[in-house]
Amino acid sequence: MAVPVLEARGLSRQFGHVRALNEVDFEVFPGEVTALIGDNGAGKSTLVKALSGNLAVDSGTILFDGKEVDMSTPSAVSALGIETVYQDLALAPHLDPVQNMYLGREIRRAGLAGALGFMKTKEMARASRVAFDELGATVRALTSPVGEMSGGQRQAVAIARAVHWASRVVFLDEPTAALGVRQTQNVLETIRRVRDKGIAVVFISHSMPHVIEVSDRIQVLRLGTRVANIPAKDTSMEELVGLMTGAVTRESAARPASATDGHPAAEETTR
Amino acid sequence: MNATKPPTETVAIGTIAEPKSGAIRGLLRAQSFQILLVLAVIIVVFSVIAPDTFAQWSNFRLVIQNASILAVLGVGMTFIIITSGIDLSVGSVLVFSGVVSAMTMRAIGGDGWGVATIGILVSIASGIVWGLFNGFLIAKGKIPPLIVTLGSLGMGLGFAQILTGGVDIREVPLVLTTSIGYGNVFGTVPMISVIALVIVVIGGIVLHFTRFGLHTYAVGSSEIAARRVGVKVDRHLIAVYTLSGALAGVAGVLSLAQFSTTAIAGQSQTNLNVIAAVVIGGTSLFGGVGTIFGTVIGLFIPAVLQNGFVITGVQPFWQQVAVGAVLITAVYVDQVRRSAAMRGNSQGLWRKFVSGGRRG
Repeated sequence: MAVPVLEARGLSRQFGHVRALNEVDFEVFPGEVTALIGDNGAGKSTLVKALSGNLAVDSGTILFDGKEVDMSTPSAVSALGIETVYQDLALAPHLDPVQNMYLGREIRRAGLAGALGFMKTKEMARASRVAFDELGATVRALTSPVGEMSGGQRQAVAIARAVHWASRVVFLDEPTAALGVRQTQNVLETIRRVRDKGIAVVFISHSMPHVIEVSDRIQVLRLGTRVANIPAKDTSMEELVGLMTGAVTRESAARPASATDGHPAAEETTR
Repeated sequence: MNATKPPTETVAIGTIAEPKSGAIRGLLRAQSFQILLVLAVIIVVFSVIAPDTFAQWSNFRLVIQNASILAVLGVGMTFIIITSGIDLSVGSVLVFSGVVSAMTMRAIGGDGWGVATIGILVSIASGIVWGLFNGFLIAKGKIPPLIVTLGSLGMGLGFAQILTGGVDIREVPLVLTTSIGYGNVFGTVPMISVIALVIVVIGGIVLHFTRFGLHTYAVGSSEIAARRVGVKVDRHLIAVYTLSGALAGVAGVLSLAQFSTTAIAGQSQTNLNVIAAVVIGGTSLFGGVGTIFGTVIGLFIPAVLQNGFVITGVQPFWQQVAVGAVLITAVYVDQVRRSAAMRGNSQGLWRKFVSGGRRG
């Protein structure tokens, strides 16, 4: 895995006097779970917004498959096969899971009926069911509004939608924050399944045990800068917390996670 | 990852099984059905009290005919309120479009279908222009719909009065009044009601079965969610307000045909009556919920009440009291259901009274 599917170089973004992102580097490899961690205000959400087309950066470049691409709008980013599950899930609460799944990407009928806006409802329902089953999320109530579902069910719908459309990268912003123990385990299980399909997963969480449990690589943000980029197996919870708060610094942050890939972004991380 | 499906998943997800298909559910769900029962009760009560006068086809025909123009407006209003917007300008746009149409037809002269067709097109075009005006200011200018349409309410009526000098135009082509205004289908069904029914049915199909309708719900349900998945929210809002304007234009022609006059002063309550009907019919002012079917039922409750009170000798002013009470009740029920849904559907109405808390 020499070429990261998604790579950010020297991203900066200022909000008034606050430097939310300060020359951040970030890379995501296919078939890997990359954890993005950091204290509140470290710039995690800002970085995700920038990488999902919802925020323009002041400077820096974003590469997709090693090439610079247009990532200025959410639909352009979706077209690349990048999907995001937001903290607030971004589901329309009055629509059912199938309608949410296909919202904005409805399958039209052929011919005149399609031109008039009629949709292949059954086909969309069937495909949605397959997508839910694939995640082991047996959402049976395909016709209930998602607003009437439990937090876990809504989470399942949001993740299923992202995974269904994402062919390359999925961002999960705090996917377990509102969940109980069992649903959390389901989400972590889902993350592994998605990774095993060869899709890169970016997992943002405050929960260090979950991060260590599911991630292959951990990147730590502090005050808008990446302070560490380390394989999950080489670290401990104490070290991660230290890195996030600044109590520990790790020179190895400058070292690429796998020493063999000789990544150019590596030496910029300590700037 | 492995073949064993986590057993917890079936516990956490998918405990609600619902076999009904989406379309039927969308149509029959919720308040519109309860409201239908209320309407049925009202009709039964008046029929028992006055079987010889109220429960006659000639009387029902009158009620249906009087509700027809409001039904046309109600279709557009339902779309708008589902997007969590409001359109106060429908009555004024109706009057303005009627005035422009009547002036155009007077200028051309004649009583045939040619001039009538031009008049119809002019009226609809005028409504579309007002709808675009509202839609652009709301979607692009980010001005609240209440304010924009309050503004166009005054402007539309003002322009209509400027154009006519405040004097109603009474020259309407004969063909309009005889065919649409007093015309009947099957000898007894008012033509104007048939036109309204066609518009209502088309509106219902578009709302419940097409992508346009789905996006209308999505925009009202969560504008952010819709934007994030690439729904063109601004364009959709403009389209919905334009639809409402166009239907107000159609209503302008129907009004000309029915009353043979522009009736400039006659539509001051129209917007509120239509909004009340839409809300009574179960469409949520907060967006995301609503049916055309409900709106039609919501129109008939005030209409039947008024008619019934007159026939049974009750002071007709009671109608306003009764409709007001129904309206408030409808919104209260919607409110309770909304907050219950937000809490994850775990609390009933009773629990809300008891706990009084925000989260259970």
